[in-house]
Amino acid sequence: MGRVTPEIPSASLADIAFMLLIFFLVATTMDVDSGISRILPPMPDTDQPDDDQQIRERNIFTVRVNAQDMLLVEGQLENLQNLRDRAKEFIANPRDEAHLPEKVVEEVEYFGEYPISRQVISLQNARGTSYGMYIKVQNELTAAYNELRDELSMDRFGRTFERLDASQQAAIRRIYPMRISEAEPRQVGGR
Amino acid sequence: MPGISTASLPDIVFMLLFFFMVSTTMREVTINVRQRLPSATEVQKLEKRSLVSFIYIGQPRTAFEALLGTEPRIQLNDQFATTADIAAFIAGEREARDEAEIPFMRTSLKVDNEVRMGIVDDVKQALRRANALNINYSTLTVESIFD
Repeated sequence: MGRVTPEIPSASLADIAFMLLIFFLVATTMDVDSGISRILPPMPDTDQPDDDQQIRERNIFTVRVNAQDMLLVEGQLENLQNLRDRAKEFIANPRDEAHLPEKVVEEVEYFGEYPISRQVISLQNARGTSYGMYIKVQNELTAAYNELRDELSMDRFGRTFERLDASQQAAIRRIYPMRISEAEPRQVGGR
Repeated sequence: MPGISTASLPDIVFMLLFFFMVSTTMREVTINVRQRLPSATEVQKLEKRSLVSFIYIGQPRTAFEALLGTEPRIQLNDQFATTADIAAFIAGEREARDEAEIPFMRTSLKVDNEVRMGIVDDVKQALRRANALNINYSTLTVESIFD
């Protein structure tokens, strides 16, 4: 054995690690990106004339938000708090009422013959509507669909919609398809 | 009384360091517009971050107010832009991805709470023209939106 090599001093190790730590604290973000997902409709083909698909009045649930962030549901002023329940009532039409959407019996996996409502929600906003309000309305409409799907899947499978497997989810999506149609934007009511 | 031993200090700091390295992501752009995102309850997480492109809309930050005023602006990557630039932006984002992944790409709209819908509608129309139809309205997650 020759000379004993002196140990490398490790007193500064903590300082180095702190420096790295601070670098990562500054240069990175922690936010998880989440939000409400939507699929926009493709641009209408200008060469083709509109095929003029008439949707019957009873099958449409009109939601309008004006530039003052006021909400008009089926022609009446409505509070945002009630929107979710009104939308659920409309989508499911539990008592088969004449002014709510008609139903067509279709063959659905797991459910057999099941009456599916022909619902469409039509959402219109003004250019002056605030984005916060728009998101709230979108959120309530999404919540209406999600709650109905959850109720149905609890009823049939005893689990929430999220915990179902893909084919079960597809069956429920067929019964409650999310149909939120947004009108082509146009200038209404100014800023 | 002997001093507290600091021999384990580096270990503790390294532990913190690894935690931050694992749980955070690199900041890619400096956001020059105000971002107070709206909150929602029915949120979905964005799955593949590498397939998401971001469009920021909001009032310019105070440093840019003298130059750009207070009207909401669109920010793409690091620059202020207009709706006319969106088609080129989407094309660029597509170019950077693998061809097979293009149908799964999504555009996340990070829009300030107080922006009026007019500019958002214009952006949505531009996205439709660029055929980038998968979008996500970025929001914070809350228990209830009525407080």
